[in-house]
Amino acid sequence: MTNLLKSSVAALALVTVASAAAADGKVVVYHWFEYMPQELVDKFTADTGIEVVMDTYDSNEAMLASLKAGGMGTYDVSVPGDYMVKIMASAGMLDTIAEGELANKGSISAEWADPSFDPGRQHSVPYQWGSTSFAVNRDVFVGDINNTDILFNPPAELQGKINVLDSQGEVMAMAALHMGIPQCTSDRDQLKALNAMLLSAKESWVSFNSDTAKEVLVSGDAAAGMIYDGFSAKARAEGANVEYAFPTQGYIAWMDNVVLLKDAPNRENALKFMDFLLVPENAAQLTNWTQYASGVEGVAPLLDEALRTLPEANPQNGAGQAVFIEACSEEVQAVYDTIWTNLKK
Amino acid sequence: MRRSKYDIKSLPGFFGITILCLFILYAPLVVVTVYSLNDSNSITNWEGVSLRWYVDVFSGHESQKFKIAAWNSFTIAIIAATVATTIATLAATAMVRGGKFKLRTVSFGLISLPLMVPEIVLAVATLIFFNSVGFTRGYATILIAHIAFCIPFAYLPISARMQGIDDSYEQAAQDLYATKRQAFTRILLPMMIPGIISGYLLAFIVSLDDFIITNFVKGAGVETLPTAIFGSVKQGIKPNIMAISTMLLGVSVILVTISYFVSKTDNKK
Amino acid sequence: MAGGAASGGSASTDTYKEARNWLLLPAWVYLGVFVLIPVIMMLVYSFLTKEFRGGVVWEFSTAAYDQFFFDRGLFGDEPAKIEWTYITIFWRSIWQAAAATLLALAIGFPTAYFIATRPERARPMWVFLITIPYWVNLLIRTVSMKFMLRDTGPLNDVLIGIGLINDPISIINTNFAVQLGLFYSYLPFMVLPIYASVERYNFSLSEAAADLYASKWVTLRRILLPAVKPGVIAGCILVFVPSMGSFLAPDLLGGAKNFMIGSLIEEQFKGNAGNWPFGAAASMVLLSMVLIILMIFARQQAKAEKEVS
Repeated sequence: MTNLLKSSVAALALVTVASAAAADGKVVVYHWFEYMPQELVDKFTADTGIEVVMDTYDSNEAMLASLKAGGMGTYDVSVPGDYMVKIMASAGMLDTIAEGELANKGSISAEWADPSFDPGRQHSVPYQWGSTSFAVNRDVFVGDINNTDILFNPPAELQGKINVLDSQGEVMAMAALHMGIPQCTSDRDQLKALNAMLLSAKESWVSFNSDTAKEVLVSGDAAAGMIYDGFSAKARAEGANVEYAFPTQGYIAWMDNVVLLKDAPNRENALKFMDFLLVPENAAQLTNWTQYASGVEGVAPLLDEALRTLPEANPQNGAGQAVFIEACSEEVQAVYDTIWTNLKK
Repeated sequence: MRRSKYDIKSLPGFFGITILCLFILYAPLVVVTVYSLNDSNSITNWEGVSLRWYVDVFSGHESQKFKIAAWNSFTIAIIAATVATTIATLAATAMVRGGKFKLRTVSFGLISLPLMVPEIVLAVATLIFFNSVGFTRGYATILIAHIAFCIPFAYLPISARMQGIDDSYEQAAQDLYATKRQAFTRILLPMMIPGIISGYLLAFIVSLDDFIITNFVKGAGVETLPTAIFGSVKQGIKPNIMAISTMLLGVSVILVTISYFVSKTDNKK
Repeated sequence: MAGGAASGGSASTDTYKEARNWLLLPAWVYLGVFVLIPVIMMLVYSFLTKEFRGGVVWEFSTAAYDQFFFDRGLFGDEPAKIEWTYITIFWRSIWQAAAATLLALAIGFPTAYFIATRPERARPMWVFLITIPYWVNLLIRTVSMKFMLRDTGPLNDVLIGIGLINDPISIINTNFAVQLGLFYSYLPFMVLPIYASVERYNFSLSEAAADLYASKWVTLRRILLPAVKPGVIAGCILVFVPSMGSFLAPDLLGGAKNFMIGSLIEEQFKGNAGNWPFGAAASMVLLSMVLIILMIFARQQAKAEKEVS
């Protein structure tokens, strides 16, 4: 009798614990749409028993606006870009990951373990990274394309056929690289020159389009355009005879990162999610799907062959440095805003 | 014949313009349909006919999300249009048949307010409001916001219609001892039907297509069709979106055909 | 007693005067809580200090309006001049919206009229025919339109094919493309109200006029148009106002080389600028302009009603 009682109590306890564990097993992810394959999400749930609830945004800034207008406390993690991580950190929106909380932290590639936007990786882990530069249609122009002159001081064949991204961050960063001045400089003469250069360059541009950056190259509406590396490869796959440029003046690197948000309702599960993405096998599955690059060590041998040999992933010798977009200080940002409005008025 | 020369019902060129109008409206849809059958990943290069995108919509990895998003969009649109049209009809009755009163112009201003405020502003303002009240964002917040901006869209056709209806019918009914309520429901309302339907349709479309406001006030995990499509476009426009759009078109064509036959039998009575 | 029957229907009566307040109550409550209060909160925001990169700091400041109306140079420290930038942007949006409205009126009025004069059974079908395209998401339709208007697109192919032109005409990325896009976006908003208005029109009045040997066009002008004016005005408002704040058509079809009001404000809330008070201030200016226009219309209508009675 006593034995029966003991075992039934034990069974009851076990069931209670098990259901309690399943009851709080969810993680709320704020993510870009279609940036994570369903198979990977399912794998995470199968491995850990945690349910993934995903909400989506379509730009870094939209995510920031949404969180600022009251989204804090509802999401566990989100996936901002490089400069946005820094912005969120200074706004106190990110939670700190203590030493040892992330079991797989050591898998982060050495080159991405201590980036300028999150020293020591206290708030984030790498998700995917790539570059932003521009692509030129080789049917229209056959000269040297590894120079930012293509965008800002274009040859005759390309004038009036250039698309730039409709994004202040990317355009200003590229412009700064072109002029050889520091990003977010507060030097007045440099800023004035930047303003003037952009206004005169605009006359050769046909449009500011981010969403259709790939389409305009494929359809021929533009013969050259700023574009992300992944999209450039896709444009070529769709038949556009485009070549991706690595200007000597430098070009832009971007990195999307998974960050732990402050007041995360399921902090434990959030950390497990981040850990999951740092396992080389999972990172490789992600990378093969998104076709960008991973920040995790040990992924290379697991990648698809085609991905490894993409020209977009292999800059030529003499290419300039890839730099992240910097978030400017308030005073400089105000000037940048004025310049951008001048450009678009 | 004298009739055709003075028959105002058939004005020259109006038929032609109507056809032109329909052509302009439908031409891009033809493009959408044609490209939904495109065999390649691109929306600009043609690579042969294929039904694979339709298969993808139902079984591809994003299919579940799109299905739920479509369900959300349609249910929200139906509920929002219904509530908005009801509120708008009542309001129009008061404004058009309520005589002159001091707050009339102000009322009109309030009713058209959602229309005049830029969507982005209404979006952020509504979000801030919900948060300060502590309303958790989700399906309900989307619905509430949609009803609000649907009201002016429903109101304007209804009010325009009502203004064109002579009130002598209702006066006559009351002379015959009908109560105000009977005059309203038995006389005015039936004559209002085309206006109410116009208002309902407008509200429905507006709700179905809304992106900006929905994007800001939706909660985690809740997508509507526009937010799902917009988000998907950020990763490059793929023909599966074209397939979804074509299917939506198909659904509405079927609905129209059904309603046409329904109205045919109705008139036989 | 009935008043104004000769003009085709009275504009306003007071049949339900007693129930008036109850009838208006749902609209007042709903809109008051979910629209008016948020808009007032926005007004308050326009007088606050901006928090860097979005949000507000609860300190009173007129900096937002200052930025809107005064130009203080690239670094904000030159003597104040009138800021023409935003006025230019507003003017451009108004002009585009007006062009789109006229286009919608030119095509929408005959279409609505035609539908309203079809046999009664056929009308719902025509109305649905007009609204079906709007079941397809606006972004998709705009992208399709972009595809059609391209230099290498079907429209140019057809025009060259039938020999009207020799070289492709560049429509895409021009103002005309934007107007076309806006017109396309909001066409049913013009057609449906006019349809509702015309449908109610008592055509026997026109027949009476015909009996008196009035020509079609005279009848149209003198009798029909005044009677369907409410519908036309409703349609124009429903096209003009959203067109002013729109940015999808301008961005995709116009190449986004110039800010429209909508994109300017969106940039404040979702772009790098993150200047919420300024976005709120610009919205308030937009709102005031629209309110003024509407009040002028309302006053004109009130005057017209007085003339009738």
